[in-house]
Formats: sequence, structure tokens, C-alpha cells
Amino acid sequence: MSDIGPFLEAAVRTATPLLIASVGETVSERAGIINIGLEGCIIAGAYAAFAAGTSTPSAGYVAATLAGAAVGVLLAAFSVFLRRDQIIVGTALTMLALGATGALFRARGEDASLVVVTEPAAVIPLLSSIPIVGRAFFAQPAIAYLALALAIAVWWWLQRTHAGLSLRAVGDSPSAARAAGIRVGLVQTGAVLFGSGLGGLAGGALVLAQAGSFAEGMSAGRGFLAIAIVALGRWRPAGVMAASVVFGAAMALQFVVQALGWNLRYELVLMIPYVLTLVALGALGRGAAPAMLGRAPVYD
Amino acid sequence: MIADLSLANDFGQILDAFWRGSLGTSSALFSGTLVRAIPLTIVGVGVSLAFRAGVFNIGGEGQLLLGAVAATVVGLLLPNKVGAAGIILTLSAGALAGAAWAGIAAVLRNRFGVLEVISTIMLNFVAANLVSYLVRGPLQEPTHTYPQTDLISAAARLPRLWSETRLHAGILIAICLSIASWWFLTRTAAGFRVRAVGASPSAAGISGLVDASSVTARALLVSGALAGLAGSIEVTGVTYALYENLSPGYGFSAIAVAVLARLHPLAVLGTALLIATLETGALGMQRDAGVPSVVASVLEAMAILVVIGIGGRTGASWRWRKRRAHAGAEA
Amino acid sequence: MSTEKPERASPTLELRGVVKRFGAVTALDAVDLTVERGSVHALLGENGAGKSTLMRVAYGLTAPDSGSIRLFGQDRTGGGRPFSVRDAVRAGVGMVHQHMSLVPSLSVVENLVLGGTGLFRPGDAEALLDRVSGESGLSIRRRVLARDLSIVEQQRLEILKALARQARLLILDEPTAVLAPSEVDELLRWIRAFAAGGGSVVLVTHKLREALAVADDVTVLRRGRVVFVGRATASSEQSLAHAIFPEGTRESSSFPVPSVGDVVLQADALDVIDARGVRRIRSASFQLRRREIVGVAAVEGSGHRDLLLALAGRQPVGGGTLRLPQRVGLIPADRERDGLIPEFTLTENLALHALGARRGLMPWRGLAQRMTELLKQFNVVAPSASVRARSLSGGNQQRIVVGRELEQEVDLVVADNPTRGLDLQATEFVHARLRDAAARGAAVVVHSSDLDEVLALASRILVVFDGQVKEVAVDPHLVGRAMLGAA
Repeated sequence: MSDIGPFLEAAVRTATPLLIASVGETVSERAGIINIGLEGCIIAGAYAAFAAGTSTPSAGYVAATLAGAAVGVLLAAFSVFLRRDQIIVGTALTMLALGATGALFRARGEDASLVVVTEPAAVIPLLSSIPIVGRAFFAQPAIAYLALALAIAVWWWLQRTHAGLSLRAVGDSPSAARAAGIRVGLVQTGAVLFGSGLGGLAGGALVLAQAGSFAEGMSAGRGFLAIAIVALGRWRPAGVMAASVVFGAAMALQFVVQALGWNLRYELVLMIPYVLTLVALGALGRGAAPAMLGRAPVYD
Repeated sequence: MIADLSLANDFGQILDAFWRGSLGTSSALFSGTLVRAIPLTIVGVGVSLAFRAGVFNIGGEGQLLLGAVAATVVGLLLPNKVGAAGIILTLSAGALAGAAWAGIAAVLRNRFGVLEVISTIMLNFVAANLVSYLVRGPLQEPTHTYPQTDLISAAARLPRLWSETRLHAGILIAICLSIASWWFLTRTAAGFRVRAVGASPSAAGISGLVDASSVTARALLVSGALAGLAGSIEVTGVTYALYENLSPGYGFSAIAVAVLARLHPLAVLGTALLIATLETGALGMQRDAGVPSVVASVLEAMAILVVIGIGGRTGASWRWRKRRAHAGAEA
Repeated sequence: MSTEKPERASPTLELRGVVKRFGAVTALDAVDLTVERGSVHALLGENGAGKSTLMRVAYGLTAPDSGSIRLFGQDRTGGGRPFSVRDAVRAGVGMVHQHMSLVPSLSVVENLVLGGTGLFRPGDAEALLDRVSGESGLSIRRRVLARDLSIVEQQRLEILKALARQARLLILDEPTAVLAPSEVDELLRWIRAFAAGGGSVVLVTHKLREALAVADDVTVLRRGRVVFVGRATASSEQSLAHAIFPEGTRESSSFPVPSVGDVVLQADALDVIDARGVRRIRSASFQLRRREIVGVAAVEGSGHRDLLLALAGRQPVGGGTLRLPQRVGLIPADRERDGLIPEFTLTENLALHALGARRGLMPWRGLAQRMTELLKQFNVVAPSASVRARSLSGGNQQRIVVGRELEQEVDLVVADNPTRGLDLQATEFVHARLRDAAARGAAVVVHSSDLDEVLALASRILVVFDGQVKEVAVDPHLVGRAMLGAA
């Protein structure tokens, strides 16, 4: 089937923002904080990239990361510092970001440009000529390679540095971490800022390396898909990478359904990633979540 | 000086637009704000019940849509002269559909340990796409021009309280439900079980011999049923048909309604009115003063954060559940 | 001609005038403590006296409101920043906590080096473990996760952690509370060896016998104040007991053994499974009769927790049969999590009992009346029945729980560590209520991590070891050995 190549290429492109967001969320959750506001980070990053990306994509990506981190500051303030419930705070942050980006977008007026300059593919010579998979894996925008590098870097950081070890300890037993001299609040704040910053970057990738423009609510649940991906990937970067590709493929189906010759209504195809999430989570369960995930740490 | 004046004018213009859109005219009040408060109240009551039980039902939006779908289907099939039974049937169908939709999340939670926050949100997206599919496909109106259904039969429509306004009998249902939930939570054993499980599932289980997972499952189902009922009331009382964007985010606004009411079912009546005012006012601001109406949801989100920040009962005594597949660390 | 006096090494630890308040409660009231080099110093006192708090100050976990900390002759409380855990570790202090502070999902080696900086090299960490293990004589399995270690191994790892950071002062907070008697002896021997090698030890304990067996010096705390300081050789159990409890204790004299009644609980080849589906109790057979108090003796991890919950009908039976009576009272081990709902009122907490079986409306007025009665009857210090449970002290909370469970006639009482964290008065209250329940016709089964408490209360003893339940004579040596699985 000559359509597999383009489908794979679309799948990797679609998987990129998911992978970035999931890697960030992995760090956050390994430290014990679940970021239901990740959807808000993504849409905030998407809007920031859109608003700033008229210059160069790099400026757009930086703006996107900062926007995501700004949402993360609120999560850190309410859930790490004030120790309020993470789920409700996250939900409110998502609502806040969706509303704020919608309002800002509408306020721009009719004459504002809708299209931004997207990142061109960074084609790797020779390798990209491999049939079927060549373009999918070696002719992607630079952000895709960055996403992969991030995943590997986070894996190494978690396993091979004391900072990573401390973070893992905080998510499993904050009291033990504290007794070892680790500053739990600081670690969690850092994890939240990192995770939400990456969430923003994912939104930037959504605009600058995929859609090319902004639309209200364009995050379309990717934040929650990322949280599911982290659980399905068992909170490990390797598993998260695999799950991201699967979900990227599920989301890419909407672009290639006609080319694949399926006789499936468009709206039903759009449902696939969400139904897949439910089925996958049900089948694979929650596995070994960090013990303190979602709980406000209690110090004795 | 002139600039200052014009700024003040602008601000006054905005406030004026807000007022006229929400409470300033009788049409805004009776056909706008109060009508909008009805689904906000009903879904808000459902959300408070769920949060009290410690279940984070963020799927009100999807459950409402499923209720609307069910009501539309029944309403289209009903013959024209069936009397009150027609409405009762239609509304029941909506409640059942909403409960079933929430039931998916309940099963996933209790049997497979899936976080209900994730599953209910996923189901929101599925529901929205389902509605799009139905109104462009099997349920589309006969001329196949618009993405909406035909109008439902007159037998399935909720009567208006006064024929000049859009205010329909649903408001009575909303008030009754609010009072009934309050009575349920404070006076009945089942309601106390809900509160106990929400406050401390381990104490409720160990000291009270309460089956926490069945209590939470039932709370989730009831919450879904209420949202589904709200959806069916919207169809039978306001729209008389199904189309995309039937709900302007009632499911999410209802979370603000519930949290601001500190999960108290009677207070929900007040906060629903408040949020409805906010939202119709915002629409007025957009129409007459050019301010995007979506700022309402920004304000709602900020209100939630403020209430959370102050602390107290916001469903925040929730503890991470040990699920079946959870390899927890505690001995 | 001047003769030089030999330099006396400065004390390892000097705490002077330490004050710590938690809200209205003064936990430490100008406390002084001096630990000499190469010595073992026992810090004694009943629950709530302030021993743990004082040591948390010494370790930098809690900042004192005032007072000074000198370690190895150097003042640590000057200089702006409060004294932190990192400062303590750097100064050579190591602490083995009462509630273990190991990270369950991390490996032995990862736990050993937790809190370091820079790159983490597993190879280097393993080498460190080998070295410290060899030097100290404490061996430990290495390729396991912390949560799979036995209690003794966990404690060893905590000590190795401290030694890996070159601790010269070890603070051990109630280390023997969860150990079987022979494990206690082994630990005490190790402590003496460590001190002989030049290290210093602070042993926080409420066990007088152990303290006198191993300590050079003794400090007694009572209600946050130092009431006695002296050499261990100059003290006796009686004099120390008098310092801790000046009012004297009610003799744990032999209570008249009542005539035992008929069987209320029968277990035959009983298997009990826990929440994760693991079988914790295998093929247990025993009976419980009216008017007797049966003690359960076990070390952590033997499955006794699940056994007690099963006896109370709260845990599923995996195999065999268990015949339970109708009316069971349960005093759970974790009061705050399982026994009460802290944010509910006292009346609502009363209503928790048998809530699962209630139908219809809640009789709030009747419940409120019963609660008010209960407050009087059980001497609970509380303004009214409508205050929130979290506003009460631990002792009063436990009175509520005990009162609620024993208020009405019951056939069986199951109590798991019912006096943990309680002061003497509350402890005696709970003991009296348990004896009372037995006298009125119930069967009582009680577990405590404190073997002495079990021996004092029970007329029969069931020992749980590794899922096996065996009856053992009421003899501390036999029980102690059975707890470790020795025949």
C-alpha cells in the first residue's frame, strides 16, 4: 500500500506534540503531581506560538514554553504551596486557559493574519530515502527530533542523576525524601514547571509544526491523552514514547481516512483516539503509579 | 481629559451591555438568564453530589449531550397526542442515557481502576462527535440541508410558564431537584453514606462497613442521570431539536456552580443564577460592546481558584484511591 | 612545673534551653541534653513527653523556637539559616526514625545514597554499601526494593545510610518497638559495639529495661521538661519509673481470670487475603470465647493486621471457614484514617458505626443525645457533640472510638494497637474498657506492637508468623521466639 508511508509520516508528526507533553507530564507525575491543567498548558502554548511565531519558529517555541510554564506557576502555587486538591485546580486551569486563549483570539479582530510560518521539515540525507519509513522518521521538523532527544534525556536524568533519584523519591514517599534532606516543595515545583513548560512547547509544536494556524480549543483533549499515555507507558520514558506513537497514529487517521479507502464517517474517525484511550486504559490498567500521585504530602 | 472621558464611556458602555444582557430587561431575565440557570442548576446539583462522594465527574457535558440525544429520539418518535406521559417518557429517556454514559466511567473506575477524570473527559469528546455524526447522518432533518434534526413532536415539549417568555416548566424541576438533593444528603442514611465515603473512604469502609465503591458508582450514575435530564430538558423546553453546540459548555460551568456553592445543593440554586447572569451578561457584552463572551469562562475559572484557595469543602478531602491494579506502597 | 590536663573531648551533642511550641501546646520547655563522646545516652519518657520532638530538633527536621545546638563542640544555631537536615548530616548526625523513612519503590542501593548530588553511579553506590556493611558488621540483601525488606533489614539499611554519611552520632527513635526479643538483643549488642568504637548513640525509648541494659547516661523527659539526668549505673528501674510516672502506676497486677464462656468465633483452616489479592494468613484454626482476652503477638509484616480485620468481618476470607458473631466492635490501628472522619462532628462519627446497614432516615437527634451521654460516660474532654473530631487530642479521639464501639453490647471486640501514641491515662482507660467488655460477656482479641502490653492484658496468646497462627503459652521468652518463627 503506497499510502503507508504518508500515513506514518503524518502519524509521527501528530505524535510529536503528544510525546513532548507526555514526557513533561511523566516528570511531574513521578514527583507526585498530576497536571489536569496540561490541556490548558497546551492551548496556552499554542496561542503563544501563534501570537509570536510570525518572526521565527524559535521565538514561537520559546513563547509557547513560557506560556505553558505560566500555567504551571498557578498549579504550583495552588497544589504544591497551598496543597489544594490537584484535580480541581487542574480543571480550573484548563478552563481558564481555554477561555483566555479564546478571548484573546477573538479580540484580535477580523483583519489579523490567521496563518503562521510553519517549520519546514529538516530532511536527513540518505536516511530519508529509505522506502516507507524514510520520510516518516527522518524528514520531520526539527521539533520532532527534539522531542525524541527530550525523552532520552529525561530517561537518563531520572535514572542516572541524584536529582532524578530525589524526584522519584518525592513521588513515592515525601516524608522519606524529607528525612534524607531533600526539599520536597522545591522538587515538586520544579517538576510542575518543567512539565507544564513542555506542555506549552507541545502546543507550540501543534501550531508551528502541524496545523499552521490557531483555532479555539484546537488542543482537542491532547492534554488528557498525554495523561493517559503516561499511565499506559507506566511512567517510563520508553513506554511513553511507544504509547505516543500509537496515539499519534490514531489521531492521524482523520487525515488519511479517505486515502485509506475506509468507508467510515469522518466524525466517527475523530472519535477513535478517545475511544482508544478508554479501551487501552481499561485493558492495561493503572499499573504501578507513584504512590503519592495526587495526594498532598503530609509531613509529620 | 477627553481620553479619560471616552474610557469611562467605554466602561460604562460595557457595564450597560452586561446589565441589559443579563437582568436589565424582562426578556433578558425571563427568557435568558433564568432559562440558562435551569441546566446549570440541575447539572450543578449532579456535580455536587458526585464531588461529595469523592468522584470527579467532569463529564457533565457529554452526559448532557447523551440525554439530549435520547430525548430527541424519543421526541421525534412520539405521536402527537399522548399528554403528560409523553414528556415524562422523554425526560426519563434523557436521564437514563446520561446515567448510562456515566456508567461507562463507573465501570472503568471500579473494575479497571481508570481515573474517572480521564474517562469522563474522553467521553465528552466522544459524545460531541457522536452528536455531529447523528445530526449530519441518521437523524438529520428531511431536507438534508442543515446539521440538525427535525423538531420534536408537540407531545414531548415542556410547557412554558408564560407564553411571552421562554421560561419553561423545567425551572420547577430544577428547584425540586435541588431541595430533594439537600434533603437526601442531610437526612437520609444513603446520603450520609455518600458524605462519609467522600470524606474518608477508609473510615467509611472500616468503621462503617460501607461498600465505598458501590456508593461512588451510584453517585456517578445519579450525577450522570441529572446531567442527562438537563440535556433532555434543554431539548424539550428550549430547542425542540438536536444540533451541534447545543450546550455552550454547561457541563463545565456546572463545575464552577458546584464549587462556588461549596457543594451544598441548596446553594447551587444561588450560584447557578449567578453564573447564568455572568454568562448572559457576557453575551450581551459581546453583542453590544464587542467584548468576547468567552471571558465568562475565564471569570468562572478564576472564581473556582479563589474558592479553592480559600479552602474548606470543595471535594478537596479526596484521597487517592487504591485501585485493584495499584501496587501501593503501604503495608 | 605545670602539668597539662589532658584535653577532654567536647561532648558530641549539647542541646541547651530548647523550646518548641505547636500552637497552644508546649512540646519542649527549655530542655537541656548532653551526650558525651563514645557513650550511649538513653532518652526516656512516656508517649507524648517530647522525646521524638527533641531529636527532630537535633536532626534539623524541626526548627526550635529558641535554644542552641552544639555538635562536636561547634555551635550550629548561629548564622541566619535555621539548622537543616543537610547541616545535621554534614555535621555527622544520623537518625533512624520511628516510622521508617525508606522509599519503598527504590532499591536498597538507591535508598542508601538518597539525598546526594551530581551523577548517580550504581556501581559506586554498591561499593559504598559493601564497605559500610563490612565495617559495621551489618549485612543486608542488596538487589531488592526497600518495600521487600523485612523490618530488621529496613532498620539495618537506615543505620547503614547514616554510617555511609560518616555519622558519628546515631539517634535511634524507638528502634525496638517493632522487633522481636532476640532481635532487640542483637541491636543492643551492636549499639554497645558502636559506642565502644568511639561513636555516640542517643536511644529514644520508653522501655526501661532496655535502656538500663545498654546506656551509660539517662535523661528522663516528662511533659516537655527534663525531670531526671544521671548515670545508668546509679539508677534502677524503679527510680526511673518513678521519675516518669510520679503518681505511680496502677499495678498491672493479675486480674482475676474470669470463667470463660462459650465460643463466639470459630476459625477452621482459615485463609485471609489482602486488598491486593495476596494470601496473608494460611490455614489458621482457633476459637475465641466469651469473657476472655486473647492477645495477638506478631512482628510487622506477618499478616496479623489482615487477620484482625478478617476477625472483624472487614477482610475477605480466601479459604476455610470463619464463624463470626453478629455484633462486633473494631478499634482499628490507624485512628485518623480508619476509625474517625476528622472533619465530621462527633455525632456524625458516632453515626459511622454500622452505617453500611442503616436504612431510611438518619435519627440525628437521638444520635446527638447518645453522643452527649457518651462524652460524659467516657470522660472525653470536648465542648459538645457538635465539634469536629479533628479538634480533639489523640487520647480523646481514641476515647470516642472506643466508646462508640463498646457503647452497645457486643459479642466480640477486635483491637489493633488501641493505645498507640496515647499517654498513660488514656492507655489505662482503654485497658479498663477492654477488661470491662470482657467481663460483660464479650470475647476480646487485642494486638499491640508492645509485647509487654499484650502479655499484661491477655490470658491466652496467639502468635502470627509469616501467615501461620499458633497458640503459645503466656511466657515472654516462648512468645518472643515464636514471633520470629523459632519452634
